[in-house]
Amino acid sequence: MTKGHARQGTATIQGISRRDFMKFCTVMAVSMGLPEAMAPRIAAAVTAPKRPPVIWLSAQECTGCVETLLRATHPTLEHLLLDLISLEYSETLCVGAGHQAEEFRARSIAANAGNFILVVDGAIPVKDGGIYCKIAGRPVVDILLETAPQAAAVIAIGSCASWGGVPSAAPNPTGATPVHKILAGSGCVVINIPGCPPNPYNFLSTILYYLTFKRLPDLDDKLRPKFAYGRLIHENCERRPHFDAGRFAEEFGDPGHRQGYCLYKLGCKGPETYNNCPSILYGDVGSGSWPVGTGHPCFGCSEEGVGFTVPLHTPARPLHVTPPAMFPAAIPEEGAGATALAAGVAGLALGAGVVALGLSLGKQAEEEED
Amino acid sequence: MALSRRHFLKAAAGSGLLLAGGAQPGRAAGSAVPAPEAVGILYDATLCIGCNACMVSCKQYNTMPGGALEQEDGSLPYEHITPAQIYDAPVELSARTLNIIKAYKSGRGTNKDSQADGYSFIKQHCMHCLEPACVSVCPVAALQKAPDSGIVFYEAERCIGCRYCQVACPFGIPKFEWGKTAPRIRKCQLCRHRYAKGGYAACCEFCPTGASLFGPLAALRREAKNRLAATPGSAYDFPVRTVDSGVSQRRPVSRYIDQVYGLAEAGGTQYLLMAGVPFELLGLNPAISEQAYPQLTWDYIRKVPALVAVLIAAGVASHMITRQRAPEKAP
Repeated sequence: MTKGHARQGTATIQGISRRDFMKFCTVMAVSMGLPEAMAPRIAAAVTAPKRPPVIWLSAQECTGCVETLLRATHPTLEHLLLDLISLEYSETLCVGAGHQAEEFRARSIAANAGNFILVVDGAIPVKDGGIYCKIAGRPVVDILLETAPQAAAVIAIGSCASWGGVPSAAPNPTGATPVHKILAGSGCVVINIPGCPPNPYNFLSTILYYLTFKRLPDLDDKLRPKFAYGRLIHENCERRPHFDAGRFAEEFGDPGHRQGYCLYKLGCKGPETYNNCPSILYGDVGSGSWPVGTGHPCFGCSEEGVGFTVPLHTPARPLHVTPPAMFPAAIPEEGAGATALAAGVAGLALGAGVVALGLSLGKQAEEEED
Repeated sequence: MALSRRHFLKAAAGSGLLLAGGAQPGRAAGSAVPAPEAVGILYDATLCIGCNACMVSCKQYNTMPGGALEQEDGSLPYEHITPAQIYDAPVELSARTLNIIKAYKSGRGTNKDSQADGYSFIKQHCMHCLEPACVSVCPVAALQKAPDSGIVFYEAERCIGCRYCQVACPFGIPKFEWGKTAPRIRKCQLCRHRYAKGGYAACCEFCPTGASLFGPLAALRREAKNRLAATPGSAYDFPVRTVDSGVSQRRPVSRYIDQVYGLAEAGGTQYLLMAGVPFELLGLNPAISEQAYPQLTWDYIRKVPALVAVLIAAGVASHMITRQRAPEKAP
């Protein structure tokens, strides 16, 4: 199948026009923080005849991460699965089952060694030899350790895979461990997409970034893509002006809460959670479609040591409380008078210069007339 | 006016006693002792997140009847009121703003509570001195210090508008309503109207982190010393709202500078401050000594009653002498 056919195929399968397809690519480029000019490269990447193989392993998880992906609308699930990636194995979405599915996974790994993307959702139990989560009779930790070294990159999707999430909450009876800790020292490239569930577009953008540039996006010290997790929720929150103006909801349903005041006092963890929820929202249903937008404080689901660790309504400890410019200085700056004086002197000099110029020009004109 | 010698002497002795009775003996510098029931505020800049909830609640609750900002028409005293717009963006304490959060910032301003490339918030309002200079200079006792709570409060009915308090206050706290026909002095009165009803300072009640903490002065001083003694980085249960509220938030202790401002400054104050940045950088005047300010002038002021008595006696005496001589000149 040639490239042209692949594009044609996109149009017939999806029933979408080339125009809509390019619009999608542009939107993805923007959500990754890339210039719009990158859209054609993304288009070329996603219509390449050989779609990138993806193996999706599930460990101690609730399938929320898969569910969130199923509810993405750009691209839609079918567009993602049929056109963008080649999902070789996923316990939730496999057509086959049992030995058939396991056999296909083994074949796909062998065929695509070094090329496939391994996606893991759920924490990995390691206590008692990892017996608390088994797939096809084998501890999932063994499957991960066997599969990961052959993958081009490992994407840990969801808080459980990224830092432990719910299964690792104290007392952590199964020894739930994040993927990057299991693979530490193995040389595997791991990207974390934390969240409970994570925003599907953070995941899709990471995949598309990799497809387009054949390398991974910039990661922070917790292995999260900076384009999505570079800023605190607090910094982009639509209720931030209320925080800065000292207007808080004191309790659920009070007049401040009804007027959309800041939820910090109700325990909002936005000031210590890195995520882009307020910028890209959830579910593609318009403004306000994220927890704080609906009037509930942020739970900090994507942040290690915050979500599932700090009680829901305990006030957060804000990180980086950068004083906004509107705060008056503790010691007011002096010298405004001197500046005004300097401006006056400069004005005088300018005026004198203009007058002198005018005089000399006049003289010249007179001389010429003479 | 008929005044016998006997009546004059009685009056002179009486007024002398009256004036002398109101005077207090002088005390040594810095040894001001708070009243046992004195209350105050402990502000911890390392806990402050700059949310301005204290400023908003201060204005809101002090505009209510009995509050320090109560207006004749019951309106909220915004800083900027024009026919086109109303907004509140105070940059300095004023007759409309009794409590303000300011910020210190240096360099890149990224590290909270540190001096280099750092920043810190600071909350300014009346310090409620143990020996307030404003009270000592007020000729009509419009400013007084409550004997039990130690709150320095103001009675507009007594005020004659001399503004001596503005000149005397080393912290520049009392503000005058220059634009009004019947102006008052405005300053923080520690939510005295709320305290009288069993409440406490609004700035502390609405502070989400306990950066402003209300309580008995003795307990606040203990709390401040405990925080200074705690190891930086160790977990500490910071009380919220009041020092004995029973509600606390566990947070790591920040690195404080080794000083609680207000323990000794100006003879001691009922508003205590803690910070991670030296206080002179936070706008607190380093020239303020540990001297209780009224004591500076006490040697002179204490002689005023005697001086007044002498002046009255001299005046009356000269009047009587001239009156006695007057009939002799008459034909």
